[in-house]
Amino acid sequence: MSQATPPKAIEGTLGFIDERLGSTTFFRRNVKKVFPDHWSFMLGEIALYSFIILLLTGTFLTLWFKPSMVEVVYDGSYTKLQGVKMSEAYDSTLHISFDVRGGLLMRQIHHWAAILFMASILAHMLRVFFTGAYRKPRELNWLIGIGMFTLGMLEGLFGYSLPDDLLSGTGLRITQGVAESIPLVGTYIYMFLFGGEFPGQDIVPRLYMLHILLIPALILGMVTAHMMIMWHQKHTAMPVKNQTEQQVYGYPFYPVFMAKTGAYFLFTFGVVALLGAFAQINPIWLFGPYDPGAISSGSQPDWYMGVLEGALRIMPNWEITAWGHTLSLNVLIPAAVPLGIVFGGAAAWPFIEAWVTGDKRQHHVNTRPRNAPVRTATGMAAVTFYGLLWLAGANDVLAERFHVSLFATTWFFRVTVFLGPLIAFIVTKRICLGLQRKDADTIGHGVESGVILMSPEGRFSERHEAPREEEKTVILSKENARPEAPARDAEGIPAPGSKGPLGHLRSRLNRAWTFDDIPVEEHEHGHSDQKAIESGSEQVKH
Amino acid sequence: MSDDKNETEGAQGPGEDGRRRERVIGTPSPAREKALLAEDDISAPAGVGEQLDEASMKRAERIVATFFLVAFAASVAFIAYFIGWSGRDGGMHGVVRARESNFWLGGTMALSFIAMAVGVTIWVRRLMTSKPIVQERHELAADEETRAAFAQDFLEGAEDSGITKRPLLRRTLLLAAAPLGLAPLVLLRDLGPLPEKRLRHTYWGEAVKKAQAEGKKGVRLVVDGTNKPLRVSDFSSPGGMITVLPEGIEEEVPEEQVLTQNAKAVTILINVPADKFKPAKGRENWHVNGIVAYSKVCTHVGCPAALYEQTTHHILCPCHQSTFDATDAAKVIFGPAARPLPQLPLSVEDGYIVATSDYHEPVGPSFWERG
Repeated sequence: MSQATPPKAIEGTLGFIDERLGSTTFFRRNVKKVFPDHWSFMLGEIALYSFIILLLTGTFLTLWFKPSMVEVVYDGSYTKLQGVKMSEAYDSTLHISFDVRGGLLMRQIHHWAAILFMASILAHMLRVFFTGAYRKPRELNWLIGIGMFTLGMLEGLFGYSLPDDLLSGTGLRITQGVAESIPLVGTYIYMFLFGGEFPGQDIVPRLYMLHILLIPALILGMVTAHMMIMWHQKHTAMPVKNQTEQQVYGYPFYPVFMAKTGAYFLFTFGVVALLGAFAQINPIWLFGPYDPGAISSGSQPDWYMGVLEGALRIMPNWEITAWGHTLSLNVLIPAAVPLGIVFGGAAAWPFIEAWVTGDKRQHHVNTRPRNAPVRTATGMAAVTFYGLLWLAGANDVLAERFHVSLFATTWFFRVTVFLGPLIAFIVTKRICLGLQRKDADTIGHGVESGVILMSPEGRFSERHEAPREEEKTVILSKENARPEAPARDAEGIPAPGSKGPLGHLRSRLNRAWTFDDIPVEEHEHGHSDQKAIESGSEQVKH
Repeated sequence: MSDDKNETEGAQGPGEDGRRRERVIGTPSPAREKALLAEDDISAPAGVGEQLDEASMKRAERIVATFFLVAFAASVAFIAYFIGWSGRDGGMHGVVRARESNFWLGGTMALSFIAMAVGVTIWVRRLMTSKPIVQERHELAADEETRAAFAQDFLEGAEDSGITKRPLLRRTLLLAAAPLGLAPLVLLRDLGPLPEKRLRHTYWGEAVKKAQAEGKKGVRLVVDGTNKPLRVSDFSSPGGMITVLPEGIEEEVPEEQVLTQNAKAVTILINVPADKFKPAKGRENWHVNGIVAYSKVCTHVGCPAALYEQTTHHILCPCHQSTFDATDAAKVIFGPAARPLPQLPLSVEDGYIVATSDYHEPVGPSFWERG
């Protein structure tokens, strides 16, 4: 099949490196590293590749972009703005769009890749959450992921603020208003950020530095850490045949995974290039240069800022003025609380869950969402909460499209943002338990075979067959709830860890986590039935 | 990474048969039979290549090669278009040509990437003969012995260094490090001026003062955009709304300050019908026959409150939908804004509308020191 030794060129290079770094030991260990497969494992890859695309296209854009707010008069090839006063930042963005060949393409790919980057991180995080892949030993990677998403939001906000067009200037104005509302230090933060009063002349150059240097470097560092940790700990696997806590099953890194992931990078780049070519995004030339007195209706930020925008919109106008000071709850609460709940909660979740369940083991095989109903329901509640706030960020568009009053949409979101998560929690939990019941049924009674039997007495019945081995593995991956030691034993002595208010809370939460769990197992008494079913299926076959 | 303990030794080579789904060549795969249930079916190559005969592998090879050729052609087209057509007549000349070039460059680029990706994917699925393998997962934590040995080394090192024995050394080192950490923060001080009273006044105050020094009643209002002073007679029909600025803001403010002063001074002028108008207490003479002026900067987070509904006399901020009543001192009717838009005192002089003082309260979003 292949030669005993690799070609000279490769052998020579490897030898050169090995003699200096001892790298062959590493290569030997990793060249066939196993990567378990599942379609949802590709979501994180999209994020990684979008990030690479962002670095490439962003570098291109910096070659022409001028991060300056000095006023110039436009004299480029976009005739409608000729003679208009604008900042150099806006002028150079127009120049990239209309006078640099491929500039518009790179701008649009850059923007689409940013949107895809954030979307795929979010999807990836949802996958990780709902399958329990964040559990020990992977909590650190989970935290790094949350950090990357948060930094990504800032990176995106700063990025689309750079062209200094009307829309992005409005975004900056809102950013300024939010900064100003911070108690005690708000006005100082505002002045230090903008180098004086809004808009001043410093903000674009400063955001430029943050956008192209500081934040990308931080994200790059986190990406590297994320990948190295993932590589070292090995990827989690879905609970399917051959995947256990002790072993991982899949195709070797070289050549299969390498080729697949390479193709995937090309797919990602291809799709983003398609979008950049045919789907217009952020047409800044239509918005015009920033003017603090002007605005267009339907001003919307990029999708990942929508949740903040929505929170700002539906917040009631609470403001406290006392002792000569003003506390703008109407700005502070929406700016800090919703994302604080979602991301603070997400960051704390692995540790809370481990504390509640008392599960300190390592997990390499994922859970099916149905098998952790409280986790899945909590996740769906968070998704609903986030989703409603996100939709509220477009309440004016919704009001216009569906011909309802703007105030009605606001009130709708004010109510559902509390009710929705609750309903989502309950419904999701019921669905999970229902699916557990179905699994228990499949294992206990088998699957319907479609074979109708008539007994000698003339009774009809359908034969149930044992599920396929693969299906059975998946279903039996469920870990049934273990009854926790009672809070007090027969002598009335409290169990360790259940003392005090915290201990009480823990036992309570633990019960809430497990009390309605439906055990899925091969029944003891059903052992002979099971045999009968299996022999029955044998009969059918011949 | 070199301390990576993942060993492939645990995994026998690809030839280990027992791990693979047992399957007789020629019979349909169990996965395909119940496709919907085959969650565990690993979709990638599944060692398909091994089971194909040489003829169908040849066919797959040709398909892959075709895709690679398409990718090649597309990238050549990209370069050719760039050199030959995108810059014809010495540039792109505006929107139409920019769009055209965007379609061609983006289209060929996307085609090239996607064709290559499809080619590699088919290659992986149809031609690679790798089989799935199994590797051991290892305990990540070090064993007790190693931990104990490390703890020993750590304490020994601390002991040897003397840091545990010599508290003076330790404390002075900490003392030396503390201000060093603060130093960079000090360096950031010059990022901007202190807020002082900046947020409490606008250019209106300065302009009014200047006008009054010249013996006038106040400063004229100029229309944003045209920069022309506004007469009462120009704005006599009820229901209108325009954006105004203090006269001189374009000419007398240093150029780099104009936008910044604009951002605070920008004002909306509304002609409210006399029968609807309810002047606030103490502001009875701030309007001119129902013509009132409010700050355009929303008191929520500072967007321009730019929409005016003539029938209801509501001022709406399009960012977060704070709604103010123009007839009633711009009180908040709905939305997240907590305070009315500040009002600018108006009067008439020589037929022109003038402002007689600055806003009496800070314009724009609330802040801690506002009170």
